[in-house]
Amino acid sequence: MTESLHLWLIPALPLAGFVINGLFGRRLSKAAINAVALSSVTLAFLWTLRVFFAARGSTEPHLERYFTWIESGPLSIAVSFYLDRLTLVMLLVVTGIGTIIHFYSVGYMAHDGGYYRFFAYLNLFMFFMLVLVLAASYPLMFVGWEGVGLASFLLIGFWFRKQTATDAGNKAFIVNRIGDFGFSLGMFLMFVTLRSLDFQTVFSRASTADVATLTAICLLLFVGATGKSAQVPLYVWLPDAMEGPTPVSALIHAATMVTAGVYMVARSAPLFSRAPLAMDVVAVVGLVTAFFAATIGLLQTDIKKVLAYSTVSQLGYMFLALGVGGFGAGIFHLLTHAFFKALLFLGSGSVIHALSGEQDMRRMGALAKRIPITHATFLIGALAIAGVPPLAGFFSKDEILIHAYARSPVLFAIGVVTALMTAFYVFRAVFLTFYGTSRVTPEAEHHLHESPPIMTVPLALLALGSIGAGWIGIGHWLAPVFEGATREAALSHGLETTLMAVSVLFGLLGIGLAWWIYVQRPQTTAEPGALARLIQHKYYVDEIYAAVIVRPLVVISTKVLWRVLDAGMIDGSVNRVGRRCLGAGDILRRLQSGNLRSYAGWVVLGAIVVIALMGGLLGR
Amino acid sequence: MSPGGVPLSWYLVLSAILFGLGVAGFLFKRNIITMFMSLELMLNAVNLSFVAFSYKWGQIGGHLFVFFVIVVAAAEAAVGLAIIISVFRNRGTLNPDDLEAMKL
Repeated sequence: MTESLHLWLIPALPLAGFVINGLFGRRLSKAAINAVALSSVTLAFLWTLRVFFAARGSTEPHLERYFTWIESGPLSIAVSFYLDRLTLVMLLVVTGIGTIIHFYSVGYMAHDGGYYRFFAYLNLFMFFMLVLVLAASYPLMFVGWEGVGLASFLLIGFWFRKQTATDAGNKAFIVNRIGDFGFSLGMFLMFVTLRSLDFQTVFSRASTADVATLTAICLLLFVGATGKSAQVPLYVWLPDAMEGPTPVSALIHAATMVTAGVYMVARSAPLFSRAPLAMDVVAVVGLVTAFFAATIGLLQTDIKKVLAYSTVSQLGYMFLALGVGGFGAGIFHLLTHAFFKALLFLGSGSVIHALSGEQDMRRMGALAKRIPITHATFLIGALAIAGVPPLAGFFSKDEILIHAYARSPVLFAIGVVTALMTAFYVFRAVFLTFYGTSRVTPEAEHHLHESPPIMTVPLALLALGSIGAGWIGIGHWLAPVFEGATREAALSHGLETTLMAVSVLFGLLGIGLAWWIYVQRPQTTAEPGALARLIQHKYYVDEIYAAVIVRPLVVISTKVLWRVLDAGMIDGSVNRVGRRCLGAGDILRRLQSGNLRSYAGWVVLGAIVVIALMGGLLGR
Repeated sequence: MSPGGVPLSWYLVLSAILFGLGVAGFLFKRNIITMFMSLELMLNAVNLSFVAFSYKWGQIGGHLFVFFVIVVAAAEAAVGLAIIISVFRNRGTLNPDDLEAMKL
């Protein structure tokens, strides 16, 4: 492709929306804010479609260079955008789902005071996410990476008068710093060994580096991915991030931003595929996260928390796919997950909206008839994530499990058990919310209503995506991107069918279990056992982190760094200089007696001294 | 070589004596008027040595300086006496030890 596709337009449009709404939003009417925010993302989506139709046939990457950003010795970083099929998938997901969620937000945020602020932040997020996806080098990707972190921080703490919301925002930001530290170190090491940070150059030189260094680079990059994509051990921020408005949870903390780590690892496939150890680490961390988060999801009572742990778990699945060499499968799951998880989140948002802000599933129930559209779409999302054919989740999860089996049956076994738990917890949420007996409080009951079309139409669109996205089968279409990196899962057709049947069976079993426990015999929920308590408290991970990392840091900071080093040594030395000056001034002050004759006396004395000195000098 | 055969050193000694009297008067007298007069005495002591040196070396510069000093002293006397009158009207005293409002 020689002709320019003007890729810069795609991030520039949301940026313009951010600037206009951010600067003038306070004075604009709601209609004007909507027009700016919605048209900017819609136009970005339309331009993405145009780019897609222009570039879908090509297997060669398309590069657009705009200007040199940093030039220093051997380091040269250009602002340039890189487009291949992987980028196209990400662009379509981000702008497509982003546009749908923008429209939904108009309804969801209608009664909120910070209306313009919300849309300005949301547009800012879109800008940085698109930069992240389009970047042609690691540093530019890092710009987007940090930018989405900022937008995430701003939106989690959007209701900044709520202490828990601002705390959650801080937690997300700080935990991500740890990951970004790894990412930065990875980039430094990459530059030292490969003398470049551009994707194309780095990948073409990857074979010249020795495996140990490459493994170190990959593991450091993966540390960044565990932070952004909420993997063990840095997943703790994502469940708390649910303090933000629900459209934010859907867009940033389910569909797009948290998949940035998956995208980054997939983008770095040429590096990872040369570092088998790093691949294994990715797979194991992904699987552990998938399993571990799913168990926590089993007993959460907040509907958004269930979905949050589900997101962590599904991201684990994606990393499992990448780690076993199924890069296409991982991105495929990213795509389908974006649809059904955004759908589930927006559905839960619609439920919360209908119940005037209630999020606790213990105070829901029997809502199926009251909010039928929300119910129907939520059910589709739940079926999709549970892996029921022929919905989207089935195809992508199946592809991942087959790749896992090809690597090792153990991975497959744990993956299938996780799939069972996934089906169980998501249907537990469905049954507790929409079926059984109503436990809705009278006040909420009074205001109970189905959401307006501006919210239900996006739900319906996402439901369509959750049904249909699986049929696209982008795995093969993506193959040229991962040429040489993909480990083919060469299994016999019969075995594949058996595995497929097993995973579907486990999914249905999970649904059945949930139905049995929460619809058939809902009163038999006995006193929670030790294990249940452990799970309800999320394995006390937050408490352990607080005791092992946060407390010592706080103690060292206050007792040593603040009191001794800062207040004692740094402030102390400055203050001592000040006090000495004051003391000297106090002594010299006494010369200014105000007595005319004493001044004259000093003058005479001075004159005598000067004359004596001159006499002494001349006399010699 | 000196006017009237008086040697230069005599002028200088007289000048030094006058200057010393001026300094002593300035330091020990407790009346601003007297101190002011002592100041004039010091100026004129210096004038005397200027003129003596000027005559001795045949240089006009010393004379020029003396005229400058006289002009400045006249101006200083006008301003100084005005200040003294103003101070006396306001404070009712001419003792400099009582005038210490500028003290820190």
